[in-house]
Amino acid sequence: MSNEIGRPSESDSGAAPYNFGGEWKPSQLELDRRAARKARNRRNAAIAILSSIVVIGGLALVAVTSPGWKSLSDTFFAWAYGVEVLPKIILGFGTNVALTLIASVCVGIFGLSIALIRTSRSPALAPFRILATVYVDVFRGIPMLLVLLLVGFGIPALRIKGLTNNVLILGTLAVVITYTAYVAEVIRSGILTIHPSQRAAARSLGLSHFQSLRFVVLPQAFRRVTPPLLNDLVALIKDTGLVSILGVTDAVRAAQIASSRSFNYTPYVMAAIIFLLVTIPLTRFTDRTLRRSIERQNATGVA
Amino acid sequence: MTQPVLKVNQVRKSYGAEVVLEDISFSVPVHTATVFIGSSGSGKSTLLRCINLLDQIDDGSIELDGEDITAVDADVDKVRRKLGIVFQSFNLFPHMKVIDNITLAPMKVQGISKELARENAYKLLDRFGLHDKAENYPDRLSGGQQQRVAIIRSIAVAPRLLLLDEITSALDPVLVNEVLSTVRDLKIEGMTMVLATHEMGFAKQVADEVCFLHHGKILEWGTPTQILEAPQQRETKEFLKRVHEAGRL
Repeated sequence: MSNEIGRPSESDSGAAPYNFGGEWKPSQLELDRRAARKARNRRNAAIAILSSIVVIGGLALVAVTSPGWKSLSDTFFAWAYGVEVLPKIILGFGTNVALTLIASVCVGIFGLSIALIRTSRSPALAPFRILATVYVDVFRGIPMLLVLLLVGFGIPALRIKGLTNNVLILGTLAVVITYTAYVAEVIRSGILTIHPSQRAAARSLGLSHFQSLRFVVLPQAFRRVTPPLLNDLVALIKDTGLVSILGVTDAVRAAQIASSRSFNYTPYVMAAIIFLLVTIPLTRFTDRTLRRSIERQNATGVA
Repeated sequence: MTQPVLKVNQVRKSYGAEVVLEDISFSVPVHTATVFIGSSGSGKSTLLRCINLLDQIDDGSIELDGEDITAVDADVDKVRRKLGIVFQSFNLFPHMKVIDNITLAPMKVQGISKELARENAYKLLDRFGLHDKAENYPDRLSGGQQQRVAIIRSIAVAPRLLLLDEITSALDPVLVNEVLSTVRDLKIEGMTMVLATHEMGFAKQVADEVCFLHHGKILEWGTPTQILEAPQQRETKEFLKRVHEAGRL
């Protein structure tokens, strides 16, 4: 940072060995170009605004003037009722948040382990490699709803003593099982994108297999997979809503209870808004992380 | 006679049906540099990868300080600790600052304290004029600087033998010279080295012995003067002529 070659710094303008410009002022040609660019940008902005108004306004007009609009807005957008049931839904959403926190920690640990097992070459781990591959294949290929039903109703049906019947725990388990398979694959692909020469350099310095992974391969792999992992986190948050089918009182279930009492669907809309309040900022954050990681990868040397 | 640092006995290496190295034998006495020259595909890089145990040989043996490192029960990690290798493509760790690239192996492999490892690393950076780059990430450095950092990284663990694999092939001529002078300094300090190179400057300025490798065989070997100025084999003459035409002699 300290030695940016060829760039004049503010402080040493007196010495100015690199101050090529001197008394430079833009020529008439350049001024005309700038004015033309400005005019074009203004015109583009105006077109964008106009077309947005036409399209979005048109869609809104179609919805509002449709014959069913009145009854639809009564059943879905009864805001007074929505506010009334909001505390219950927020309380339920606390379950989603807790579930997300616990599940993401477990998924991180198990996903990393499975990715490491699948990328290892040690002969002793061969059976685990096979198991890990089968596990990922199976649970990446089953809809999560089915995993939830199988775990939530299957495990209690075994009637093994000491096994839990707690739907919250079983629901969390199902979420962890499914997302571990996704995350393991993301991490594994990240490990595989690190060029073998990095590992060769580490090994030739005398670092062991484990040390090469720990200090050279994994730190680089994680940088690359941070955006897709955040993506999976967003997906995980909203998929925690599925545990409601086991009877867990989360935001979705709370909304369901409220709406079945009043035959009004506004609680669902309220629940949707609460989910969006968390997932949209996280998505924006993911986008920013992705952009930064692309910028970092495209960064080139000064000289 | 003292024992050579490296002794290569009748090594053979093939990839499938393609024989890359055939009947390679040579030894490298302590404080000397052996330079392998030859066109691309002659087997120079494969030879270095075999010595570093990154590739497995098909026949023959390699001894480091009299110990057979190609024996079945040889401890690969222990062998590599005694060998340094520098690659054509630098292979610095891009997520670590220059200083951390250099101190990683001394700290994790040799168990040296962080303070001491940094102190040693700064001494080396000072010596090669890279002190002010210590806190930079590798991608902020020029190719020549990166390659010099890679050299420093591999000598920071005080290897018995340094392997340099086409270390200037990815650099433009001006940067080649700065890397060349770094290697010359190492030679003066007594580092034992094996180099594979296209750059005849290394053969001229650093080598005690030059070996010409052709289709996986050592066709001719001798002092730099013998090989570069009075080659005996037709293939060596042709190779040197082509290098000369390319303006690299």
